[in-house]
Amino acid sequence: MSVTTQTTYTSASQAMPIGTPRHHIIIFAVLLGLLLIAPFLLYPVFIMKILCFALFASALNLLLGFGGLLSFGHAAFFGSASYVTAHAAKVWGLTPEVSILLGTGSAAILGLLIGALAIRRQGIYFAMVTLAFAQMVFFFALQAPFTGGEDGIQAVPRGNLFGVLSLADDRTLYFVVLAIVFGGLLAIYRIIHSPFGQVLKAIRDNEPRSISLGYKVNRYKLAVFVMSAALAGLAGSTKSLVFQLASLTDVYWTMSGEVVLMTLLGGMGTIFGPFVGAAVIVTMQNYFASFGAWVTVLQGTIFVISVLLFREGIVGVLSKWIKKPL
Amino acid sequence: MNFKTTTLAGLAAMLMTGSAMAVDVKLGVLNDRSGIYADLSGEGSVVAARMAIEDFDAASKGINVEVISADHQNKPDVASTIARQWYDEEGVDAIVDVPTSSAALAVSEITREKGKIFLNSGAASTDLTGAQCAPGTAHWTYDTYALANGTGRAMVESGYKNWYFLTADYAFGHSLEANTSKVVEETGGSVVGSVRHPFPGTDFSSFLLQAQASGADVIGLANAGGDTVNSIKQAAEFGITQAGQALAGLLIFITDVHALGLETAQGLVLTEAFYWDLNDDTREWSARFSEEMGGSKPTMVHAGVYSAVTHYLKGVEATDSKETEAVMDWMKSNPSQDQVFGEGSLREDGRHLHDMYLFQVKSPAESEGDWDYYKLLSTIPADVAFMPLEDGGCALVE
Amino acid sequence: MFELLGIPPQALFGQLLLGLINGSFYALLSLGLAVIFGLLNIINFSHGAQYMMGAFVAWMGLTYLGIPYWGALVVVPLVVGASGVVIERLMISRLYHLDHLYGLLLTFGLALIIQGLFRNGFGVSGLPYSIPSQLSGGQNLGFMFLPNYRAWVVVASLLVCFGTWFAIERTRLGAYLRAATENPTLVGAFGINVPRMITLTYGFGVALAAFAGVLAAPIYSVNPNMGADLIIVVFAVVVIGGMGSILGAILTGFGLGIVEGLTKVFYPEASSVAIFVIMAIVLLVKPAGLFGRTA
Repeated sequence: MSVTTQTTYTSASQAMPIGTPRHHIIIFAVLLGLLLIAPFLLYPVFIMKILCFALFASALNLLLGFGGLLSFGHAAFFGSASYVTAHAAKVWGLTPEVSILLGTGSAAILGLLIGALAIRRQGIYFAMVTLAFAQMVFFFALQAPFTGGEDGIQAVPRGNLFGVLSLADDRTLYFVVLAIVFGGLLAIYRIIHSPFGQVLKAIRDNEPRSISLGYKVNRYKLAVFVMSAALAGLAGSTKSLVFQLASLTDVYWTMSGEVVLMTLLGGMGTIFGPFVGAAVIVTMQNYFASFGAWVTVLQGTIFVISVLLFREGIVGVLSKWIKKPL
Repeated sequence: MNFKTTTLAGLAAMLMTGSAMAVDVKLGVLNDRSGIYADLSGEGSVVAARMAIEDFDAASKGINVEVISADHQNKPDVASTIARQWYDEEGVDAIVDVPTSSAALAVSEITREKGKIFLNSGAASTDLTGAQCAPGTAHWTYDTYALANGTGRAMVESGYKNWYFLTADYAFGHSLEANTSKVVEETGGSVVGSVRHPFPGTDFSSFLLQAQASGADVIGLANAGGDTVNSIKQAAEFGITQAGQALAGLLIFITDVHALGLETAQGLVLTEAFYWDLNDDTREWSARFSEEMGGSKPTMVHAGVYSAVTHYLKGVEATDSKETEAVMDWMKSNPSQDQVFGEGSLREDGRHLHDMYLFQVKSPAESEGDWDYYKLLSTIPADVAFMPLEDGGCALVE
Repeated sequence: MFELLGIPPQALFGQLLLGLINGSFYALLSLGLAVIFGLLNIINFSHGAQYMMGAFVAWMGLTYLGIPYWGALVVVPLVVGASGVVIERLMISRLYHLDHLYGLLLTFGLALIIQGLFRNGFGVSGLPYSIPSQLSGGQNLGFMFLPNYRAWVVVASLLVCFGTWFAIERTRLGAYLRAATENPTLVGAFGINVPRMITLTYGFGVALAAFAGVLAAPIYSVNPNMGADLIIVVFAVVVIGGMGSILGAILTGFGLGIVEGLTKVFYPEASSVAIFVIMAIVLLVKPAGLFGRTA
């Protein structure tokens, strides 16, 4: 059977220019401004959750929206990083920044291993392979002694940043998390708009052509896979300090599905879509938590509607209206 | 995270009472409302909490109690998010129920950090009052030690000496196996082997055959929920029990028996803290509970919620405050008395002590109707039912 | 008495047989996935949910309408298959012109909806479904006690798998199907209603999942999550087999059931990971899968 990789992502309707358009700078500035005031108006832990998932979704979007690779196993990176960070902070007593670096680094290494195997297949096979590997990571997390099985690693100390600044207070931690997440988002923005990002988009749009142009396609794919894994890991590491907990939920495959949903709903292949998607889904989960299984039904329905009627996502649609890439 | 709100006392009630000051108490029932433990905790625990408030007649004593509830989906991360938000934003004074050890331990940690009260009924881990005990945490209904102690001892004493464990391969399964092994060996039995099955599993036949080949007298099921139900079902299918080996369910609730049906579950020996048909008090209470819950009978977790909330409210009344330290001190130094557990006491480490019961599941012929499932084998007195204080390793105990 | 790696041969035979039984389910499910993928190029993520529906509809049929097990074996696949036809017409058919990933995402969403609805409707404790009286009891084979029902599962699965393989590879209808996969326009030009054929194929794949669900109902607990984790194992089976051939899906299904059975004896803790390890190895050595043709 011939597997054609005709990639028709509707989201890339507005071509991303090289350089930084002014309206992107404005949006980033407004976003930052809002996020700086937010903890004084809303519950800081809740916004930190949104921030972590926004980074996670943006990391997936880097791979999916700009690399054209759908990973259904990104929870593996998110979760393993959160375990490593939690372990480093709690058992080894390391400072938060070192713990986060360790977590992110291990996610990157895991990304290299899984990515090297997964990029051998394309399209849906790729999705299934990543899913299966993530499931392996899940079983590892379930059984390895240091992960605490289904208890997870609890009561992770938030510690003192650089050994000096105590993060125990929610607001103090908030600004650290904001810096990490914003840094991550800007890094993704840079990657997308770099020459590397351009080649990536070329591969996404027409792989055979990129090969004939002499690009080592698999190296590019692997590189973006590792970057995406590392950033997902950064999100996971940060999350484990916010909630002082690393648990199996972080590595389970429904987490992988959830982050795909956030990206899809917000708009894949857009800069700000994953952020919006994450905010909507996290808010929904938070406020509808009492409805139990109806949350699952609702999420499924959003999935179906997004796929059938709304493939550009929220930000994709906005972008079409104002005729500018967002 | 603010949903079903039930304000049970109004201004009118306040004016009518002679009490000097009104105390506003907010209870958060946090449990599984959609997953595998929804039937044994879930809405039933909310109903039980409300019944406790009504029976205590909190309103006329100047205590305004509000109950909110949420679904933690058996996930420690969801549980800790909600607990944090309840304490920080909603002004919740005490969190109640919380099945699943992982979620319970997470809530206990946050409760410690925020200096509040946690009345656990649904979780099994002995760590709640052991290595990870906390000043505001009370563990009310049962724990792995009590279950292992009840079922393990009883089985060995009635001649089932050689044990083989079918253990869910995660922390809870391991601890249940370890606890039971210890009891079995102390009472003169022996453990001939064990097999660890992936969690969650669907097909246990292969493990059951290994258990059968071991020639043990009894197969101890150190797993929970759907895994236990499936193991029992398949043991019946493969003729394990017919061939003479007994099954010991180490964590089985009446709702599991209900799901299995008596045909499959008959003969099973298990330990529980409560059964609706124990005495007139439990029957009367359960009948009221059933009425609100569409006919289903309460589990020991529901009963535990009722008992815990009752004792807590007495503490609030007696100290005329909801200060964690004052209320916990009162609760620990005064015996508890209620309709479901009878007399009991709250130990220094937070362990609530009451009688436990060893039951055997009836055969379909013995059962006289819906929910008539257990016959009482023996009563395990409160002082020996639970882990001795000095074995727990709780730091609160000097 | 000789022993093999410390395991008595009786136990080994027993485990092999059990592996074969589990393999029957893998084979039926991966066959359904392969049929759907073959013609629609859709990875049906809701396959696990549809398997669960099969078990539930059988239970509902028995409880509300008194349809016995044998009736359910016929009726349930038809009912659930029909729901598949509706889903294909209303939703999936709108996605053929798009990247295949959208099909995966859509069916993932459907799986969430179906599981959520059943969880709301029936709780999660699981519902009892008895083994039909004709198949209760079992045979003592000397090395193990084989319940009659498990033997029936293997037979039924083999029959259905072989029948499907025969229909697709050896009949005229199958030839049309295969041709339509290669070149739908050309087959359409010959006057064959390709869209209808595609719809019915999806319905058939879903019916296979439902059939597996009815087979599973008496031995596994009927609960809304029964298909959720299974689907990922079946995905791995499909990747290992390499979607190229129907026969590949069937053989890999049975084969991996046996391999998994063996790991349960030698290293039980790893039994749920074994399939994924094999998948990684196959991907390294033969990226197109054991039976797949290279893309």
